[in-house]
Amino acid sequence: MRYVDEFRDPELITRASDEIRRLAEPGRHYRIMEVCGGHTHAIYRFGLKDILPENIELIHGPGCPVCVLPMGRIDDGLSIAQKSNAIFAAFGDMMRVPGTHGSPFEHKARGTDVRIVYSPADALQIARRNPERHVVFFAIGFETTAPSTALTLMRAKREGVHNFSVFCNHVTIVPAIRAILDSPDMRLDAFIGPGHVSTVIGCRPYEWIARAEGKPVVTSGFEPLDLLQSIVMLLRQLRAGEARVENQYKRVVPWEGNLAALKAMAEVFELRPHFEWRGLGFISQSALRIRKEYAEWDSEQRFDVPETRVADPKAAQCGEVLKGVLKPAQCKLFGKECTPEHPIGALMVSSEGSCAAYYNYEYRKTASLVTEISSVA
Amino acid sequence: MCLAIPGKIVSLVPDEPHLGVVEVTGVRRRVDLGLLVEDMPSVGDWVLIHVGFAMSRISEQDAAEQMQLLTVLGENEAAMDEVRGYGVEDAGELRSTGESPGCRKTSSTIQ
Amino acid sequence: MAHGAGGKASRRLVEGLFAPLLCGNSREPLGDAARIEIDGMPIAMTADSFVVKPLRFPGGSIGELAVNGTMNDLAVAGARGHSMIVTFVLEEGLPSAILEAEVRAMSSALRRAGVAMVGGDTKVVERGKADGMYITTAGIGRPLPSVRIDARSVRPGDKVLLSGPIGDHGITILLARGDLELEADLRSDTRCVLPLVEALAREAVPGIRWMRDPTRGGVATSLNELARDCGLGIFLLEEEIPIHDAVRGACELLGLDPLHIANEGQFLAVVAPEYADLGLNALNSTPGGEDACIIGEVRKEPANAVLVSTRYGGSRIVDMLAGDPLPRIC
Repeated sequence: MRYVDEFRDPELITRASDEIRRLAEPGRHYRIMEVCGGHTHAIYRFGLKDILPENIELIHGPGCPVCVLPMGRIDDGLSIAQKSNAIFAAFGDMMRVPGTHGSPFEHKARGTDVRIVYSPADALQIARRNPERHVVFFAIGFETTAPSTALTLMRAKREGVHNFSVFCNHVTIVPAIRAILDSPDMRLDAFIGPGHVSTVIGCRPYEWIARAEGKPVVTSGFEPLDLLQSIVMLLRQLRAGEARVENQYKRVVPWEGNLAALKAMAEVFELRPHFEWRGLGFISQSALRIRKEYAEWDSEQRFDVPETRVADPKAAQCGEVLKGVLKPAQCKLFGKECTPEHPIGALMVSSEGSCAAYYNYEYRKTASLVTEISSVA
Repeated sequence: MCLAIPGKIVSLVPDEPHLGVVEVTGVRRRVDLGLLVEDMPSVGDWVLIHVGFAMSRISEQDAAEQMQLLTVLGENEAAMDEVRGYGVEDAGELRSTGESPGCRKTSSTIQ
Repeated sequence: MAHGAGGKASRRLVEGLFAPLLCGNSREPLGDAARIEIDGMPIAMTADSFVVKPLRFPGGSIGELAVNGTMNDLAVAGARGHSMIVTFVLEEGLPSAILEAEVRAMSSALRRAGVAMVGGDTKVVERGKADGMYITTAGIGRPLPSVRIDARSVRPGDKVLLSGPIGDHGITILLARGDLELEADLRSDTRCVLPLVEALAREAVPGIRWMRDPTRGGVATSLNELARDCGLGIFLLEEEIPIHDAVRGACELLGLDPLHIANEGQFLAVVAPEYADLGLNALNSTPGGEDACIIGEVRKEPANAVLVSTRYGGSRIVDMLAGDPLPRIC
C-alpha cells in the first residue's frame, strides 16, 4: 500500500520521537491542540501519546462534526423523514447518535426507512432508483465534506431529480477555533491544524492564528509520521520564538486550497447568520445552509422543520472538554452515566469525540504497560 | 476532518467524464472526480478519497521529499551538536519542510 | 439489533437473562458448546442460528455457514462433530431453486466435514419475515481425548495463536450487500476448522488452555470475553495479525477495525508457552493452516482487557464490539 505504510515505518517513528524528545525543553510544559477529530482518533489509534515525552500535552479540539451537532437537529431530520415517509440516508457515524426519541437506528427498528450511505452520491442514487419515494440526505461535516454535498446537489438539479433533498448541517472550522481561543480558560501554545479540511480551504485561513494570536500552526496528515513530524515542526517554531503557518501535509494539501471545491460550495451554500454548536453555544457565521436557487433540494425549505432545541443535561461538561479545559476523565459523568454504549453528551456519541476515543482506546491502560514493547513469538 | 484515504485511479468510466474507478489495496469504488476539474487526474494517478469524491491529487514528489526529511531527522542535528562541541559558530537551525506561502502543490503523474 | 451482533449487548442478554433463568446454578463460564455426560459417556452439544443477507455470497452461502459454523463450535470446544440436525424457517414465496441450492451446499459441506445430517424441520412464515431463510442447527459430537478447554486454566505467559487471516467473511458480506458500492476480490473464509484443531491437539494437547472461533464481533470480542473470564490481560502485536490486503483496504476506506469483523473459518487458541511453537508448526504443516501465527500473549495487565501494541511502542485498548461495526466518514 502506498502513501500509508511508508508513514508508519517503525524505525522512522522512533527517530521522530527521539527528535521530539531532543527538542522539547525540559521544565517547559507544551499544550498543543489538535483541532480535528480525525487527528484525535489517529493519536489514540496509533498510541502516539505513549511515545511522546511527559511535558507535551495534546489537547483535543472541537473538530468532530458529529459531536458538535445539537440533538435537536437529529430530531428535526428524523421528523421530516417520518412525516413524509421519506428514506432517511446518512453516514454510518450518525446511526447511533441519540436524538430525543432515539437514534436513527432506533427509529429504523420502529419502522422509519433509515439507510447508511458512504457518499452523498449514493443517497442521490437511492433517489434515482426509487422515484416514488423521497430521499432526505442528512448532511454533516466540515469543509471537507461540504463540497461533495454541493456537487451532489448540483447534479440533482442538473438531472432534474426531484425526489431528493438535503438536510444541511455543515459547519465551518475557523469560527470554532476562534471560539476556543476566545475562551478565557484557554492556554494553548500551538495548533496541529486540520488536515483534510485544508485540502479544501488551504492554509491561508489559519494565518490570523499565527499573526494575531502568536501561536504556530502546522497542518498535518493523519499517519503516525505525519503527526510526529508536525510536532517536530511546532517545537522548532516554539524554540525559536516563532509563529507561522506551515504545511506538513504538502503531498495532499495545496496552500491555496481547492478552487473547484470552493466554487461548488459558493454556488450551492451560503453562511447562516448563526448556528448552535453543541457544547459551544451559538456561533455566528459558522454554518452553511442551502441557497434559494436550490430551495427545492433543501429539506428545510421543502418541509416543515419543528426546530427542536434540546439542552444537554447540566451535569454533562461537554463544553469544557470540547474547549480542552477539562480532560474527559474529569467530567463527572465520564465512564459512569456516560459511556460509548449509552452516551449522554456530545463527545461520547462519535468514535472520534475526545471522550469516546479516550474511553475506547486508553481508559483501562495501566502505567506499567505502556513502556513495554516486546516481541511475542 | 475525517477519513480520507489515498487510492489509485485504475480506470475512467466511459460516458461519465467525472467518474473514475479508484483502487485502495484491492478494493475498488467509483469515485467522483468533479472536485478536481481544474487539474483532472488520469489513469494511474493517486488521489485522496473522502465520501466517494476525490479531494486532491497526491504529489509523489512531495511525498518523496517528506520521506527524505523524515529519514534524516536527527542526523543533521546530531552533526550540528558535534560541530558546536568544537566551539564553532552555530550555523542555524535546520529548516523544516517549509511553509512557502503562495506555492502551488506540484502535480505529477506516478510512474 | 445490537443484541445479536456478538458484542457487549449480546453478552448481557445471555448472562443477564438466559443463563440465570435457563442454566440454573451452573457456574461454568459460557462456552461455544456444552459438555454433558450420558451414562458416563462424554458428549459435546451445541446449537446455533444463521441469519445472513444476502443468502449467497462469494465463497459460500447460508447453508455452508450453518454446517461449518456448527462444526466449528464443537471443534473449538475440543470435540469432533458427529451429527447435526437442522431447522429451516422459510419466507413464503422463496423460490424453490434457492432452497434447493442451499440444501445442495449443505450436503457438500457435510461431506467435506465428514458429518451426517440426521433430521430436521421446516416452517414457513409470511412474506416479509425471515429474509428469505433462517437456519438453526444443533450439533453433537465426541470430545477429543485429553482436550480440556477452560478459560480459568489460562496463565500469564501463554501464547495466543490465530489460524489465519481475519476479516474476510464480514467484509465479503458487507460488500455483497451492495449498499456501499465497493468491489473487491474477496471471499468468505467459511470452512470447517476441525482438521486444524485436531492437528493442534495432536502436537500440543497438554498445553491447550482455550479455543474459540471469532465469529460475530471478531477477534476483539472473543479475546475480550477470554480476558474477562480469566481475569487477565491479552497483549497483541498489531504487525503480527494477518490480514488480506483487500480487507485492510476496505477497513481503511470505511473506518472499520479488522479486529471487530466476523470470521467463519478461523479460530483462536491459547497455548502454554512450551507447546506454542509445536502447536504452530502443526498448524502450518496442515493444509489450510499455512498462515497460522502467534499474535500475542497473556499477561497480568491490563486485567480484563485486550491491548494492541505496535512495534514502535504505541498501544491502544481494543474493546468488545458494542453493536455492529459501522462504516464511518469522520
